[in-house]
Amino acid sequence: MTLSYDDVVAKYEPVLGLEVHVELNTNSKMFCGCSTVFGAEPNTQTCPVCLALPGALPVVNEKAIESTIKIGLALNCSIAPFSRFARKNYFYPDMPKNFQISQYDEPICVDGYVDVEIETDEGPKKFRVEVERVHMEEDTGKSLHVGGATGRIHGAEYSLLDYNRAGIPLVEIVTKIVPGTGKYAPEVAKAYVAELRDILRALGVSDVKMEQGSLRCDANVSLRLIGAEKLGTRSETKNVNSLRSVERAVRGEMIRHAELLNAGGRVVQETRHFQEDTGLTRSGRSKEQAEDYRYFPEPDLVPVAPDAAWIEELRATLPERPSIRRKRLQEVWAVPDKEMSAMINADVLDIVEATVLLGSDPTKARSWWLGEISRIANDKNIAIANLAITPQDVAEIVALVNAGELTDKLARQVVEGVIAGEGQPADVVAKRGIKVVNDDGALMAAIEKVCAEQTETAEKVRNGHLPAAGALIGAVMKETKGQADAARVRELLLGHLGQATS
Amino acid sequence: MAAKLVAGETTSVALTQAHLDRIAAVDTDVHAFLYVDTEGALAQATAVDAKRAKGEKLSPLAGVPLALKDVMAQKGVPTTCGSKILEGWRPPYDSTVVANLKKNDIVILGKTNMDEFAMGSSTENSAYGPTHNPWDLSRIPGGSGGGSSAALAAFEAPLAIGTDTGGSIRQPAAVTGTVGVKPTYGGVSRFGLVAFSSSLDQAGPCARTVLDTALLHEAIAGHDPKDATSINAPVPQVVAAAKSGDVKGMKIGVVKELNGDGYQPGVRARFEESLELLAKAGAEIVEVSAPNFEYALAAYYLIAPSECSSNLARFDAMRYGLRVGDIDGASAESVMNLTREVGFGKEVKRRIILGTYALSSGYYDAYYGSAQKVRTLITQDFIKAFEKADVLVSPTCPTTAFKIGEKANDPLAMYLNDIATIPVNMAGIGGMSLPSGLADEDGLPVGFQIMSPVMKDERMYSVGAALEAALLTQWGAPLLDKAPIMGGAR
Repeated sequence: MTLSYDDVVAKYEPVLGLEVHVELNTNSKMFCGCSTVFGAEPNTQTCPVCLALPGALPVVNEKAIESTIKIGLALNCSIAPFSRFARKNYFYPDMPKNFQISQYDEPICVDGYVDVEIETDEGPKKFRVEVERVHMEEDTGKSLHVGGATGRIHGAEYSLLDYNRAGIPLVEIVTKIVPGTGKYAPEVAKAYVAELRDILRALGVSDVKMEQGSLRCDANVSLRLIGAEKLGTRSETKNVNSLRSVERAVRGEMIRHAELLNAGGRVVQETRHFQEDTGLTRSGRSKEQAEDYRYFPEPDLVPVAPDAAWIEELRATLPERPSIRRKRLQEVWAVPDKEMSAMINADVLDIVEATVLLGSDPTKARSWWLGEISRIANDKNIAIANLAITPQDVAEIVALVNAGELTDKLARQVVEGVIAGEGQPADVVAKRGIKVVNDDGALMAAIEKVCAEQTETAEKVRNGHLPAAGALIGAVMKETKGQADAARVRELLLGHLGQATS
Repeated sequence: MAAKLVAGETTSVALTQAHLDRIAAVDTDVHAFLYVDTEGALAQATAVDAKRAKGEKLSPLAGVPLALKDVMAQKGVPTTCGSKILEGWRPPYDSTVVANLKKNDIVILGKTNMDEFAMGSSTENSAYGPTHNPWDLSRIPGGSGGGSSAALAAFEAPLAIGTDTGGSIRQPAAVTGTVGVKPTYGGVSRFGLVAFSSSLDQAGPCARTVLDTALLHEAIAGHDPKDATSINAPVPQVVAAAKSGDVKGMKIGVVKELNGDGYQPGVRARFEESLELLAKAGAEIVEVSAPNFEYALAAYYLIAPSECSSNLARFDAMRYGLRVGDIDGASAESVMNLTREVGFGKEVKRRIILGTYALSSGYYDAYYGSAQKVRTLITQDFIKAFEKADVLVSPTCPTTAFKIGEKANDPLAMYLNDIATIPVNMAGIGGMSLPSGLADEDGLPVGFQIMSPVMKDERMYSVGAALEAALLTQWGAPLLDKAPIMGGAR
């Protein structure tokens, strides 16, 4: 029998801890000059350093340090004047050196926070998620286990290793424990990761694509009886590849823990893997016997000691905090909450803002990007940003509609043309010969022609059956190749058939 | 040799061939080389001769042959580090030292024998058999760079590259009657030096005279962006210092703790004699104390194994080198285990285990942490000592060359051989060993060690050159003239 979520939170208090790994979008790897582009042929982006050939030495990527400091500043952290890399020692075939260069007891950024706001039963409520540390490390390679049913190492016939990812700069952002969220733990977890993603995107330091693994979240969850001081045993859920999964994973783990505890059992400290299809987690590596990583300071690297003036320079370049920017835009544009969420979810905020800055009114800019253009992007299954249409194009189209030179319907054809690569809006209009027929004489001729052809329908309208007018208007639009303003056609048609227009 | 090349009295090809012939004649006895790159060396020599014929401006050592310690990656040439685990591995890249040698047109004859992964003081730990000391083939040539020093002493090469983690350049130089320098840590790039202990390893020049050593030093030294620990500063003017050999007014500090008990009488006698010569040359001899040196050996044997346990983790059969047990159905873990079991020798395993233990949680503070504190104290001892003296001196090692096999089963006795050389590595300063004569009791070479502050390497060359000149006057001929002549003419 599955316990209901309400039962869980009536008895237990959840405590969260979130670890987010972010792949930085630097051109080269953390400790060598190899490319970091995603999706290359296996092992083509490697060199003696990231393959750990004997004698090779790491050299820190300055750009990665800069990005990490920016992240720290954006998360309200203090930047350590002196921090060090350390070696985390363990054997695994996809880790070339059999140690990972990371930061251990001397991370570069410490003690920050992220404020998130979520909807509660009592309206919007702010939660502060405290950030313990932000540190730099390198990614491992990838193992591909071939043969066997599960795609996992157990039961595989053989494994292939791709070291392209080995050495890609990673930043790990670790929160302090987050108590006090009560039943909103899943929402807070999701809101935190979403806010983090927005901040990182605004900083331009990462692609933050959860589905490609450039932003990965490990959700730690434990339960304790409400009012209890002592923390419960936590589980660490990996493989959480979307914002929705963050929420589902936390909720699922809370229920699983509660069922175990209610049955008199105990929670095992372990890594668990989130299953996208079921929303449940599966047991992974036990952490009951903590692995001994034998950390020690990396002797091949010198300490990172960023100069205070440089840190201030970086602080000055920080973009507006995404949550503040969203509030500002929503206010200026006078957008309802729901529409705002839709824009955020569709990831069109930047592009809409750019369109508005080019002169379009916010409502029209929003409806183009969120409507027609999003639909085309979905049909083509590509990202909006990759369509061949720019904020400039959309602003021009909006201007043409406002000037009465295009109807909405014609404007859609122009959008289509621009996306099809036929040029800028003006080119498409010229090439396709698109123009609004606003010559009443030409319209009247078409109306008379249509009424003469469909006498029966015309008669119905003349007798006051207005819905029948639709068919006639359609025929007129067809006659004028869609270049007429339908509202004007309706007006003229009804007048012609002796019906007053309102 | 370089002068004769410049004067056109000989060619690099002739010189290289002569050394290849010498290697063919004596190396079955000495076993200084693990690999002789006849073709590569002659090709390089031919190229240098062609450049010279065209009148190109060449570096001072252009065309002179050199023996390379097998711990340095050289593109396309086997690099084993004296270990079975790297048997057959040919690096796809050049270490920075090799790149610098090639840039200076120095001809690389081949790779020299060493204790496996530079762990040892006798070259007995090589997986490919020991090197023999040209002074007495039944004795060790020192280690870990015994191959490089023996090659110099046996006239198989006039120049050699060594690496020094706790004395691996200086102790072999001492026991073979040759010169060896460990530059300031960071003075020579470690890129392509297969790491034993990253914070202690330093490559350096070896030769038969102080000036040759200085010329080679300048050829290989300098900042390297590929090594984050490399020092971004001009190379100390060691050639000028070696040429002037001026010690007038210099203060030379004798380290009280690096002499006396445990040092062989002949070693002490030669040391005292050298001090007198330096005083006569115008230096002021003072005594300095370094009370924390007595902990250096213990701290070294925590730091070096700790770092090596991590550095050597990459030898896992996955990407290169030996692979054992890769039969149907074997897991990666079992292949790793078997390969490391078979591929590493006893001393290497001992140190990996020691280091793994020292870094373990719960032991870290007591072992690795304390060792790092000792390291700081040693560095402070040096700083204080250098306030009283421009350079510090001591015997390079407590004894002359011991017999092969004599200490093979007593690691502690073996470790004690490095007692005077280790503090230099711990503090990252420069150290030189040059011959100070033969011990009366066994007729074997004794080394004199000179230590100089960070990036003041020129000081040890000034003192070394002065002492070398004074000793040469006293002896009438280079010390190596007294070594047994092997394989006919040199």
